[in-house]
Amino acid sequence: MTLLPLYYGLLALLVIGVAWWTLVARETMAAVIGFIAYGMLLGLVWAGIASVDVALTEAAIGGGVTGVLLLRAAARLRPTEPAPHEKPGLVFRVLVGIFCAIVTIGLAVVVLFPTDPAPSLAIAAAEHLPALELGNPVTAVLIAYRALDTMLEKVVLLLALIGVWSLGPDRNWGGLPGRAPAVVTDSALTFLAKLLPPIGIVFGVYLLWTSADNPGGAFQGGTVLAAMWILAMMAGLRAPPAIGSRALRLLLLSGTITFIVVGFAGFLIAGGFLSYPAAFPKALILLIEIPMTLTIAVTLGLLVSGPAERDKTS
Amino acid sequence: MTLLLDAFTIVAVSAGTFFFVAGTVGLLRFPDTLSRLHALTKADNLGVGLIVLGLLPQATSLGMGIRLIGVWLLVQLAGATVSQLLARAAARRNGART
Repeated sequence: MTLLPLYYGLLALLVIGVAWWTLVARETMAAVIGFIAYGMLLGLVWAGIASVDVALTEAAIGGGVTGVLLLRAAARLRPTEPAPHEKPGLVFRVLVGIFCAIVTIGLAVVVLFPTDPAPSLAIAAAEHLPALELGNPVTAVLIAYRALDTMLEKVVLLLALIGVWSLGPDRNWGGLPGRAPAVVTDSALTFLAKLLPPIGIVFGVYLLWTSADNPGGAFQGGTVLAAMWILAMMAGLRAPPAIGSRALRLLLLSGTITFIVVGFAGFLIAGGFLSYPAAFPKALILLIEIPMTLTIAVTLGLLVSGPAERDKTS
Repeated sequence: MTLLLDAFTIVAVSAGTFFFVAGTVGLLRFPDTLSRLHALTKADNLGVGLIVLGLLPQATSLGMGIRLIGVWLLVQLAGATVSQLLARAAARRNGART
């Protein structure tokens, strides 16, 4: 037990070291890889302070999906990358420095001078868990106490996807995302893309199911499902769908639509928008979470696939 | 019996850690991509394998033991595939074997 402070000390130093390395890396690609490692290490930090839900999200979204998105962006921007000796202008650097200093000072004030007692809603969050038939307070916050935020989060995801789609040329609107896949010769990738999805799909569903009582959740589960889909698309085993497909768009909306329908039904059966009736909260929560997980998985997969750059026929 | 199992854990986990340190030193010191990958995959295979083997006697239930083995298998799969892909990318970039 006495070695734990040493472990956390080293972990903290490693996080700061990787953050520094990411900032000073000359090549965009190297910086992105540093950022992915940084996300994974942050996941360990969150797990260390007993926030396993946040740790899973950080590893899946912060390290995983954001990492893949940035890798693809870096690969696309490589031709336009400035030479390593080019530096941004003095004014730009001074402004960045000032803003970073403000953020650092703000964080330092919060950490060094905490209010006493520290504000906490933990007791209030745990109090109503039995009424919701849930055991994990994080899930209760996301799906019950702050359900509106969670719903709007899905709308934000959709807006982000529309933003990505808008980057494609007009003539290809509704077509297939990304460039035509290269002829697959990497048998190792094909092998992984055939072997891993069955395991990953079960694990993604498990993450959603177990989130009622244990760390996990729709976002983490959806991310794992999306990763399996992306893997199959990268290996060329599955072609990405045309972004004009009606079934696809319905899938993209299903999470939000279910949320809104259940939300308005709350007026009739429980006396308020997004209220759950005392008799069967768990059934309604699952009814919302299952389409939401699918929506998250499809949206993340399409975000990584990118804008339409080919016609449906090509 | 407990003492023996604890001793086994300490020896196996220490040996696994040794392979991780050796792999990291190799990653930093070896001259080209393929030898670096060689160092890295040794750390993955033997390091994780020995650590999981060492932790198995400490598992409190059968489920936990199965999960540990599952983690080991997944790391094996990921490590082997990624090293193949990296090696191919390196070979393509160099145009010849390095």
